[in-house]
Amino acid sequence: MKKLLGAVIIVLLCNACKFNSNDKKTLPIYGERHPVTKVVNGQTVVDTDYQTIPPFKYINQYGDSISDKNLAGKIYVADFFFTSCPSICPVMQRNMLTVYNAFKNTNDVKVLSYTIDPKYDSVKVLKKYADKLGISGNMWWLLQGKKDDTYQLAEKSYLVAVSADSTVPGGYVHQGYFVLIDKQKRVRGSYDGTNPQQVAQLIDDIKTLKSDTVSAK
Amino acid sequence: MRSKLTVFFSLLFVSVITVMLFSCGDEHSVEFDRYYSSGSLIYQTQCQNCHGANGEGLQGLIPPLTDSIYLKNNKNQLACSIKYGLKGKLTIAGRQFEGAMPANDLSPMDLAKVITYVTNSFGNKEGLVNITETQANLNNCK
Repeated sequence: MKKLLGAVIIVLLCNACKFNSNDKKTLPIYGERHPVTKVVNGQTVVDTDYQTIPPFKYINQYGDSISDKNLAGKIYVADFFFTSCPSICPVMQRNMLTVYNAFKNTNDVKVLSYTIDPKYDSVKVLKKYADKLGISGNMWWLLQGKKDDTYQLAEKSYLVAVSADSTVPGGYVHQGYFVLIDKQKRVRGSYDGTNPQQVAQLIDDIKTLKSDTVSAK
Repeated sequence: MRSKLTVFFSLLFVSVITVMLFSCGDEHSVEFDRYYSSGSLIYQTQCQNCHGANGEGLQGLIPPLTDSIYLKNNKNQLACSIKYGLKGKLTIAGRQFEGAMPANDLSPMDLAKVITYVTNSFGNKEGLVNITETQANLNNCK
């Protein structure tokens, strides 16, 4: 009887291991979703329409015009900052540098830092800031645009995942979130950019997204 | 008998002196420890975001606190710099920095504690900077 019990336990344990290894990790998809009815090859099918980041147009630190078209087929991380920020920005940028260093040699991951103080943060100021931060190339863009547009984009699109459980409406733009966007422009995660453990999780999740071919249709 | 007594007394004398010496040493290091450990907590809440957990600063944007020569030469200015902020160009660890450090209106006691912490961490070893010294430095702020 004891032997049988032992055997059962061993079988269960093996299955548990097997189950875990087969269970490939996928990230949640945030935001509103709607069912849509489409006609594909004469058949009516119901698909899900997910919330995506709407089209936008900004200027980067090199003075180049950057729109959502430049991000087609890219995974990216977005955050909000301003160069004269004395409080949480430095720690956010320190943590974002680890993301930059992890993926700067890949061509399908980018970082977008939107300034929320476009009046002061001109292209020239952003370029100088980028140089001092030690970033070059086109992996990490510092973006300048209209302040109202940026707030709209932040609150309505990027931070949908954050706002759902934020008790301070409007405050989260300044709370240092990093938002992960997939190749289909959907929000797949949000992370506290001031917390190195959460940023390590973000790096893991980017790797998961990169290898996720099922939802990357 | 007499020599035995002498030996006894000299031993007693030596041990009393030793105890006195050690207790003095203890007194000093207890005070230092008190400043240093609460200084470390102040550092975490007031300085670490910018200057980093290891005083490493941030690239070319925020200077590190690992330049022992700078800290030694400017030891008497540190309280003023923290309390009223810093502006303009600085050369630290052989690199040029510009911009501003915001003013941080800490009490003289908290300034003394956090300066003791910073000037004895990240490779610095300046010893205790107590409240009296800090108060005196604050009176000479430019």
